[in-house]
Amino acid sequence: MVAGESGMGKSTLVNSLFLTDLYKDRKLLNAEERINQTVEIIKHTVDIEEKGVKLKLTIVDTPGFGDAVNNNECWKPITDYIDQQFEQYFRDESGLNRKNIQDNRVHCCLYFIPPFGHGLRPVDVEFMKALHEKVNIIPLIAKADCLTPNEIKKLKDRIRDEIEKFGIKVYQFPECDSDEDEEFKQLDKELKECTPFAVIGSNTVVEARGQRVRGRLYPWGIVEVENQSHCDFVKLRNMLIRSHMHDLKDVTCDVHYENYRAQCIQEMTSKLAQDNRMESPIPILPLSTPDVETEKLIKMKDEELKRMQEMLNKMQQQMHDKEQ
Amino acid sequence: MAATDVDVFSNEEKRNLSLGGHVGFDSLPDQLVSKSVTQGFCFNILCVGETGIGKSTLMNTLFNTMFENEEASHYQNGVYLRPRTYDLQESNVHLKLTIVDTVGFGDQINKEDSYKPIVDYIDTQFENYLQEELKIKRSLFNYHDTRIHICLYFIAPTGHSLKSLDLVTMKKLDSKVNIIPIIAKADTISKSELHKFKIKIMSELVSNGVQIYQFPTDDETVSEINASMNAHLPFAVVGSVEEVKVGNKTVRARQYPWGVVQVENESHCDFVKLREMLIRVNMEDLREQTHARHYELYRRCKLEEMGFKDTDPDSQPFSLQETYEAKRKEFLGDLQRKEEEMRQMFVNKVKETEAELKEKERELHDKFEQLKRMHQEEKRKVEEKRRDLEEEMNAFNRKKVAAETLSLSQPLKKDKDKKKSVRTENQSGVSASSSKVMMAKANVEPLNCQSWWQAIQCCTCLVHSAAWKPGGTF
Repeated sequence: MVAGESGMGKSTLVNSLFLTDLYKDRKLLNAEERINQTVEIIKHTVDIEEKGVKLKLTIVDTPGFGDAVNNNECWKPITDYIDQQFEQYFRDESGLNRKNIQDNRVHCCLYFIPPFGHGLRPVDVEFMKALHEKVNIIPLIAKADCLTPNEIKKLKDRIRDEIEKFGIKVYQFPECDSDEDEEFKQLDKELKECTPFAVIGSNTVVEARGQRVRGRLYPWGIVEVENQSHCDFVKLRNMLIRSHMHDLKDVTCDVHYENYRAQCIQEMTSKLAQDNRMESPIPILPLSTPDVETEKLIKMKDEELKRMQEMLNKMQQQMHDKEQ
Repeated sequence: MAATDVDVFSNEEKRNLSLGGHVGFDSLPDQLVSKSVTQGFCFNILCVGETGIGKSTLMNTLFNTMFENEEASHYQNGVYLRPRTYDLQESNVHLKLTIVDTVGFGDQINKEDSYKPIVDYIDTQFENYLQEELKIKRSLFNYHDTRIHICLYFIAPTGHSLKSLDLVTMKKLDSKVNIIPIIAKADTISKSELHKFKIKIMSELVSNGVQIYQFPTDDETVSEINASMNAHLPFAVVGSVEEVKVGNKTVRARQYPWGVVQVENESHCDFVKLREMLIRVNMEDLREQTHARHYELYRRCKLEEMGFKDTDPDSQPFSLQETYEAKRKEFLGDLQRKEEEMRQMFVNKVKETEAELKEKERELHDKFEQLKRMHQEEKRKVEEKRRDLEEEMNAFNRKKVAAETLSLSQPLKKDKDKKKSVRTENQSGVSASSSKVMMAKANVEPLNCQSWWQAIQCCTCLVHSAAWKPGGTF
């Protein structure tokens, strides 16, 4: 899934990543039409193949995010979509015929942060907080060709601090095993220090230093997309496709989906308990409904209070006796 | 002079005459210049744009100095304006520059009210000037003019089109202030994209009826350059205060791994054009426009609101004073009427509440009466019952007495028989017994009985209690 305001370069980056052109006949809206725009969810599915390995890739686009003048709860359609996919998978899993389950769950969300500001904006924070328990979020700094290397470093530090401050759980790269070779560990460390990635996207081929490369042509120079010193595009591509794709899927299955599933079941049983006014019929769940729990707590506290009162009285009595 | 004479003079035509020699009033412009220079100039810029888009940096670059500015945070609750005034001097010309920054613009999630603080600020400046103008003792000469002369609107370089917030804000501002839209951080857009972007922006502005500032083309000296500049709107600018060595010069630029963006290089960005237009060529025109167009519009609206008109329905010019008086009277009349109304309302309310209270009182009274009556009823009933009960008790007592007397009289009859037999038996000693009897009888009170039977009946109890004295010999 790609999310971010209009004009951040999401489509260009997706095209660059997968070396295809997914957005041929796209119609962009005018500013006037966008004043009250709502967020849509558009899915593009492609089947790509490389050296015999097939990959069914689904890109979920979110046009309209953050474009309207009033962006209250503009992430709601996105969270609804993710929940829907989880629900569908949940149902399929609990069904009778489990051979052909289609996994439409969102494995990764690339969030594009605009480079024009001094850090995260309120809408960025709210969006990430609404989604960090449902999907792996990878924040990216979009259009990084407007920042000098110093500025990029400052901005990355700023964003990392703010992510920590607001308690947003972005996708963490897994720790590499201690028996991996040094080079791999070094790469891994570099990768972790580089987040959030500052990316530049381009699908146009230009001539630079005698080679034909993908890049952007400026009067003052050429920005090469695949040049590591220009931007982190290569790192992102390696991480996303070559090394961490499976881990992203695993985390989605093991963590986010299980969270969703547990929540769902808990809601179902609590509703049942409330309807039938009796104890939950499923003994597996250790959690009781909140009402029963609080009552127990209250009783316990009452007893404690009584005991304390008695003790106090006794002590007072003793003191009284001693004085006499 | 009488008013009529002046009218006659003004109807004469003005005639052109040629001078015989050099008089010297061609030095008027110079006098004006020296006067203005001593007076000093005043210029106010409003920068509107998202946080972090480069407003402060551009100001620093434009005026080649470092205005003290800290970075603004993204987490403001609303938009507020921060005006700062600086005194600059170049050769012997003084400039009082005020830069107004919009802090927090575009950061909130709900941006529907973002334009309001800006519009309010502009209106307040106009209002202050208007108040100064309308004062009785005014000093427009020394007045520090804070009206905004130009608004630089910073557009984010998305490459697609304007943002919805930009459109809404510019529409609200275009009738109040001169707007020049500029594309900020233009080093992120390549040449071809820039061209398309500019066309898109201009077409959107035109189609939505936003009037941006057009450089004036009526003065021949500047009309050519202005016309060409008009075609380059909006200017794509890059700001920087850092110096980078390029070739053998040090210029203000931004250093990237792939090249150096020079601020003052015309092929890199439009900064030079902006500076020319803004400061070197059209500053005075901007001030003029603000005063002649925007301020006059504001003034007209405001005064019309207050009810002033330039001409009567009869097309006679109004004097301000008369209008003032009329307004005042109207206002006072209004006040009085309102007072009366309120008083009436108050009186009505009081009456209502009084009536209600009386009702309630009556109700309570009725209830009380009713309860009292009930109470009395009950009392009466209880009394009756008591009496009945007493009667019954009396009846019962009498019956009891009767029953007792009956039972007593029966054994006495037996006694009498016994006494008779005793007499007959004890004839000999009868004298004793009879004396006894006599004794008993003697104790008895004389009775009015016809027959001895009745007498005996009446004194049953008494006989009982009589003591039998041993009757001896008399």
